[in-house]
Amino acid sequence: MKLEDLRKMVEKMPAEELAEGAARYTVVVGMGTCGIAAGAREVLAALIDELDERGITDVIVTQTGCRGLCEREPLVYVTSPAKEEVIYADMTPARAREVVASHIGRDEPLEAYVLAAGS
Amino acid sequence: MEDISLHILDITQNSIRAGATKVRIEIDEKARENTFVFIIRDDGSGMTAETLSRVHDPFFTTRATRRVGLGIPLLEQTAEQAGGGLTVTSAPGEGTTVEARYRLDSIDRPPLGDVAATIWTLIVTNPRVDFEYRHERDGALFELSTVELKDKLRRRTLATPQIAKALRKYVADNEERVAAAGGA
Repeated sequence: MKLEDLRKMVEKMPAEELAEGAARYTVVVGMGTCGIAAGAREVLAALIDELDERGITDVIVTQTGCRGLCEREPLVYVTSPAKEEVIYADMTPARAREVVASHIGRDEPLEAYVLAAGS
Repeated sequence: MEDISLHILDITQNSIRAGATKVRIEIDEKARENTFVFIIRDDGSGMTAETLSRVHDPFFTTRATRRVGLGIPLLEQTAEQAGGGLTVTSAPGEGTTVEARYRLDSIDRPPLGDVAATIWTLIVTNPRVDFEYRHERDGALFELSTVELKDKLRRRTLATPQIAKALRKYVADNEERVAAAGGA
């Protein structure tokens, strides 16, 4: 694939990054050494893939370092605009897709994988 | 870490946390010289000589959440087992450079792994960092610059799920080309 081919693909795509505060949810993947070793890179790819397949554009996906819960990585933090944070533990690509479907798609946190919730 | 691409992701996270705005990642595989080298160079805050002298110690970390710092020691261990080594150079205000060297044909050298996924992950999750990437394997070359990409694609960001997916295909295709063209 040449750069010109990429340009043609991107040309037709919706325009810009969400402004700060405009996102319906922010999804954060733990990417410290512990998260990476546990498979965080593939979890992140699955999250972005699932969002794209569902045509969801009002969600920001980003990453964070180690927050001290290494043994439960990969961790995924889903934060609402009201700053309510739900932490999902022991994520896999398949579970991450389920989280997108439930929490982002239907606004229903997926209790089965929740480690902690609060604000 | 199962492969070198995960080490590259891990070590580059140190650059991000050091406040880097520019990160350059180079991979150079030379069958004729039997060398495999990767270099990560950032313009982050850098380290004092005292901190630098302790980065090889797994029980040293600047982090408050966990008391063990494994990234650099793990990398150094795999490089040394594969007949190579690790060099970290840094100074406060001048950024940090990490160079890992392996013997290409060492059976103890981890495979490169999915380096396309690593590069793509870094670009997409760090929209405010400019990345340059260069992978050469026996003459086959893939080079990428996020500044150039944004300019050519006329986009202010590459971090939307749609653009991210197109970019992923672009990086993966070119990595496949480099891997296939190599003479090793």
